[in-house]
Amino acid sequence: MEKGGKELKVSAIKNGTVLDHIPTSQLFKVISILGLKDCGNQMTFGMNLDSKLLGKKAIIKVADRFFEETEINKVALVAPDAKINIIRDFEVVEKKVLHVPDEITGIVKCANPKCITNHQPITTKFTTTYEDSTLKLHCHYCEKNTSSDNLKIITEN
Amino acid sequence: MPKSLISIHDFTKEEMLHVLDVAQEFERNKVQTLLHDKVIATLFFEPSTRTRLSFETASNRLGARVIGFSDAGNTSVSKGETLKDTIKMVSNYVDLIVMRHPLEGAARYASEVASVPVINAGDGANQHPSQTMLDLYTIRQTQGRLTDIKINMVGDLKYGRTVHSLLQALSHFNPDFTFTAPDELKMPQEYKDFLNAKGIPFKETRELEGNIDDCDILYMTRVQQERFTDPMEYEKVKNTYNLTASMLGSAKENMKILHPLPRITEIAQDVDDTPHAYYFKQAENGVYVRMAIIAYLLGYK
Repeated sequence: MEKGGKELKVSAIKNGTVLDHIPTSQLFKVISILGLKDCGNQMTFGMNLDSKLLGKKAIIKVADRFFEETEINKVALVAPDAKINIIRDFEVVEKKVLHVPDEITGIVKCANPKCITNHQPITTKFTTTYEDSTLKLHCHYCEKNTSSDNLKIITEN
Repeated sequence: MPKSLISIHDFTKEEMLHVLDVAQEFERNKVQTLLHDKVIATLFFEPSTRTRLSFETASNRLGARVIGFSDAGNTSVSKGETLKDTIKMVSNYVDLIVMRHPLEGAARYASEVASVPVINAGDGANQHPSQTMLDLYTIRQTQGRLTDIKINMVGDLKYGRTVHSLLQALSHFNPDFTFTAPDELKMPQEYKDFLNAKGIPFKETRELEGNIDDCDILYMTRVQQERFTDPMEYEKVKNTYNLTASMLGSAKENMKILHPLPRITEIAQDVDDTPHAYYFKQAENGVYVRMAIIAYLLGYK
């Protein structure tokens, strides 16, 4: 990884944010949640990198961008164990642990096909709860739960 | 945002009891034209004769004028108008909206865009709070109390929204539940978890016989064909329960049978003539309870 003179597979950034230990399968969801498609900063995405923890992992480095707590916490929906490193002058100055927010607005689609939000132009809204340690999103409108296993991210066009 | 009634959770225990008291007053004195200068809209995006007539009767008894539609087919909705626009437009015309919609969450959304109170008259399989309120009213009327009621819920406990909402509302009043359902239609785990968390006792059974004699309320439900995607599944369970007068021989004297109606085969006609039958009176109570809900939301009671 990035410590102790090991060779870096993804080049270092001087200032910015590194999202490490993202499960490879979730990389594009994280990109979409953070809206990186429309971000003009220099970015590198790596996937299928070797990881002791995950086997294969993905990584995102965004130069000169520091996310708000509420923004970055949304990543916890799809990659709760991701590690957030804040980089200044090539040094990790802060490590952040993700917390699933109590409320989620937008981003996620309600899994109930009969929910009004899937038929009308309405921003989705959920409160988060845990059931047997699985994350559930409780829909503010149809009052049904969407479990984190079948979470669908709304991709903006 | 004005106060609306979308889900039974929108009312506190105190509000529920208050509305029941107001309903009782309306039952004693049916003519109270408090709303003679008001207009109420009944927007039924999905047909429902019983609920719509009950709300319209309640509005008329309060002296209000009623506008609306009973089928979205011949409205702008069929031209592609969004729900938001329909509700925005109607809330500029009227003082209160009663709405039924086939999609779940539609009423909650309507209450967020409307400038007047909204009453949810059913949103898909989600909520139908005025039904729950009239069930509570009827239980209190027949038993003289809401606390410590022993209630047996029978039939479709999986898809039946009325049993789910009633279960949640009764949880304030120390009930004792029996859930009678075929395996395919058992009470969903989330509601059993809810009861366990609150320490409320319940038992589950498949048999109706043997579970009638010790209850105060026998709450029968119809197996709703429209909730099944597989017609074979429906055929298998539709005639599971058939309550007849002969099964009521040793029921408690105070025991009353409730049913949200319409019934098909789950209650035989001969039950109607027993002193336990109460479902038609229950439906009548719906008018007083809806009068109370409307009057309360408009700030008159």
